[in-house]
Amino acid sequence: MNAPATTPALRAKDYKSDIKPIWCPGCGHFAVLAAATKALAHLGLPKEQVALISGIGCSSRLPAYIDSYGFHGVHGRALAVAAGLKTARPDLTVLIAGGDGDGFSIGGNHFLHACRRNMDMTYIVMDNEVYGMTKGQASPTTAPEWTHSKMTPHGTGMRRFQPAAMALAAGATWIARGFSGDPSELTRLLVEAIQHPGFSLLHVLSPCQTFRPEQKQWKEQVHPFADSNTGDPVAAAQRIHADDGMALGLIYANHLPVWQPRNQATSSIAALEEEFRV
Amino acid sequence: MPDASIAAHSGSFSVAVTGSGGSGAVTTGLILLEAAAHAGYFGMLSRSAGPQIRGGESAAMLRLGPAPLACMDDRFDLLVGLDWLNIARFIDEIPLDRDSLVLADPAAGTVPAVLTQSGARVREVPFKELAGSVADGRANMVALGALAAAGGFPQDALLAGLNAVLAGKGDRVRQASSQCLTLGYEQGIETLPRAAGAARHPVARWNISGNEACGLGALRGGIRFVAAYPITPASEILEWLAPRLEQVGGSLLQAEDELASINMIIGASFGGVPALTATSGPGLSLMTEGLGLAVASETPLTVIDVMRGGPSTGIPTKSEQVDLNIALYGLHGDAPHLVLAPLTISDCVFTTQWAVQLAEHLQTVAVVLSDQLLGQSRTISPPPPNLELPLVRRTLDTPDETYRRYAPSADGVSPMTVPGTPHGMYTADGLEHNQRGTPSSRASDHLEHLDKRLHKITAHDFGAHWAEMSGDGEIALLTWGSSSGAVREAAARLEAAGASVRVVALRLLMPLQSDALRDALAGCSRVWVIEQNHGRQLFHYLKSFDALPSDAHSLARPGPLPLRPGDIVAALTEEA
Ligand SMILES: Cc1ncc(C[n+]2csc(CCOP(=O)(O)OP(=O)(O)O)c2C)c(N)n1
Ligand code: SF4
Repeated sequence: MNAPATTPALRAKDYKSDIKPIWCPGCGHFAVLAAATKALAHLGLPKEQVALISGIGCSSRLPAYIDSYGFHGVHGRALAVAAGLKTARPDLTVLIAGGDGDGFSIGGNHFLHACRRNMDMTYIVMDNEVYGMTKGQASPTTAPEWTHSKMTPHGTGMRRFQPAAMALAAGATWIARGFSGDPSELTRLLVEAIQHPGFSLLHVLSPCQTFRPEQKQWKEQVHPFADSNTGDPVAAAQRIHADDGMALGLIYANHLPVWQPRNQATSSIAALEEEFRV
Repeated sequence: MPDASIAAHSGSFSVAVTGSGGSGAVTTGLILLEAAAHAGYFGMLSRSAGPQIRGGESAAMLRLGPAPLACMDDRFDLLVGLDWLNIARFIDEIPLDRDSLVLADPAAGTVPAVLTQSGARVREVPFKELAGSVADGRANMVALGALAAAGGFPQDALLAGLNAVLAGKGDRVRQASSQCLTLGYEQGIETLPRAAGAARHPVARWNISGNEACGLGALRGGIRFVAAYPITPASEILEWLAPRLEQVGGSLLQAEDELASINMIIGASFGGVPALTATSGPGLSLMTEGLGLAVASETPLTVIDVMRGGPSTGIPTKSEQVDLNIALYGLHGDAPHLVLAPLTISDCVFTTQWAVQLAEHLQTVAVVLSDQLLGQSRTISPPPPNLELPLVRRTLDTPDETYRRYAPSADGVSPMTVPGTPHGMYTADGLEHNQRGTPSSRASDHLEHLDKRLHKITAHDFGAHWAEMSGDGEIALLTWGSSSGAVREAAARLEAAGASVRVVALRLLMPLQSDALRDALAGCSRVWVIEQNHGRQLFHYLKSFDALPSDAHSLARPGPLPLRPGDIVAALTEEA
């Protein structure tokens, strides 16, 4: 996967496109962009071998800002686009980026099935507990008592979606939580996620400066996990449920069979047609 | 208009086999069809099933003749009832008359009045009892022998049919079956008058279903990735393709739903691999947002919709040409794309192949409207033509840094780079974009790309395949898709009765070839638009393009009963 020795090593800024992000100043997503370019440079991946897929949302704008192949699709379907691409083109490094609304609400079903399919791809979810792009509605990860959206004046009244717990239950083989306020740890986790063979979920706490200004406090609230991954899903489930949702680091990693197409071109169409001849 | 109600039946004969679950009615029909092919006949088999998942009653309906056939006849010469449970469910689909013969097993009880009311003759054959004399013998195989005798098939053709269909069963089963066949064959059933007259053509022929034909057309067109979610009556396309795609180096992914399948094929196609999905109406409804994404991002893909009765879950096992509207108009925004419909079972090969290649070449969406009648019926017909069309995706292997994915071109098609190509990086987007693909809400970018996406489709020269035409009479029968078979036969009957008729069967529905259609209708005194739905979907579409004379007539019949040539002749004769 390393770049050929003859080409000079690429630096993080070489992976940046010349398109200026539309994000608000101070948005957490900037740090994810920076971490992504650093991780790609660290891994020395040729730009043309990387495909970055997304849906719709502020976070889903990421692909255009990176100089690789990208697909900015419709809301909630990025994982499906990625699954088709990875099956058709197993040679590519496939990354998916999006928000908590895109991934856990409208795209929730694809999230579960991507976890259990365990294709070799990395899913980066920038969780700001709000719909940024549509100007501040509650998302599945929003706390039930958050009343700042006109659409849910009494709060959602629903328990929060637990991304790591859901991913674990659905069969994801690599799960970690990062924070856009800690870019070097985020880069390190992203490198590990891409290197993991199978489906990796990098759940990133990525504050929305505009609609959740109180998330500035996250800097003080995050903390590392008390213990480390054992590869045991039961232990991982216990850690997730014991945690306040602000613990950072690797939650679970395990090596399980990776889904791969089994095509091998053993026949020709003319030979297949023989079955119809009387 | 001349009376064509008693028309030339062109030497074909029709046979139905009915029975409750496990009686083997469909297997009997499949063997009979294959045997007929070995005996030199052409023909088709359609099937009807009750709503039960398993163990429900079913019927196999066959029409056999000396020349290729594209629709079922108005009536049946012969009905074999393996038993009479729930026969009332099928009786509308199997019209009998005084010239019909019913073969009945006395062990199944008296022949129901719904059958004898038709005036059909009844001949008793003790299928069960005869089968009982053979170890592991089965009544349906005795019935099959009797049917073959009625069809005038030589016994070796019957055995060839048996061995082909039961190839996967053990020797014992085949042995017992062939003994039963002989018993049935020797019951002294007279050969049907029409069967006796059928000439035999020892030319190459295929036995293929419409769903298999769509699968083959997809492979011939270059499809190497399929993602789909199971749905009646499209699943056989997927089941046929799954192992065969692998054998030609492709793959099929069973998706979690149709929202996933459409987006999966978008991803594969973006990756440079021609991709397709197959579904039915409910699935197509879920896919429409994805179709718009493919149109906007100019990602080639093909969707086969095997139509069934609608709206909503509708009538899953019955045919109806009801999804023309959603295929044409279901996408939000201005989203030009291609809509095609195969005209016969074997034309599913060509139309699908053509659709795939057009989608690839024009970097757009092609929707292929097959239906249950085409998809789940089988035909014995000449091998479908393999059109080596020089239409492939335009790609760029050595772009430089100035590459713009959506750069303007004379024909509106911009070469694509495939991921992995150095210097060709771009982000495809469903947001309106500029030539590089960067999101843009500028009026000039929007207009430029609306025009581009429309122009590449309307400026393409589709040649002669947009429709199949025959005759040059004053009365035009204009139709589309699977109704073409019944319409063509109705036209032949009307001609035989002295009327002057022409048929225009549309294969390409969008973009509508309005000028060519106007030419095709020039000089007509009367135009009939014939389709199998309630809402007159084609009629209204053509009207909206001003493609019809103001006094054009609409003949629209909803499913679930098939559109029969006799119904068309009757409706036209009545109105004239
Ligand atoms: C089918 C559909 N429904 C609704 C929308 C509107 N929409 C756009 S982005 C979005 C939510 C984005 O939130 P999230 O995924 O959390 O990303 P963020 O903007 O917070 O980064 C919604 C509801 C849409 N584009 N498409
Ligand atoms: S609205 Fe929130 S999530 Fe969106 S760009 Fe602004 S700060 Fe970021």
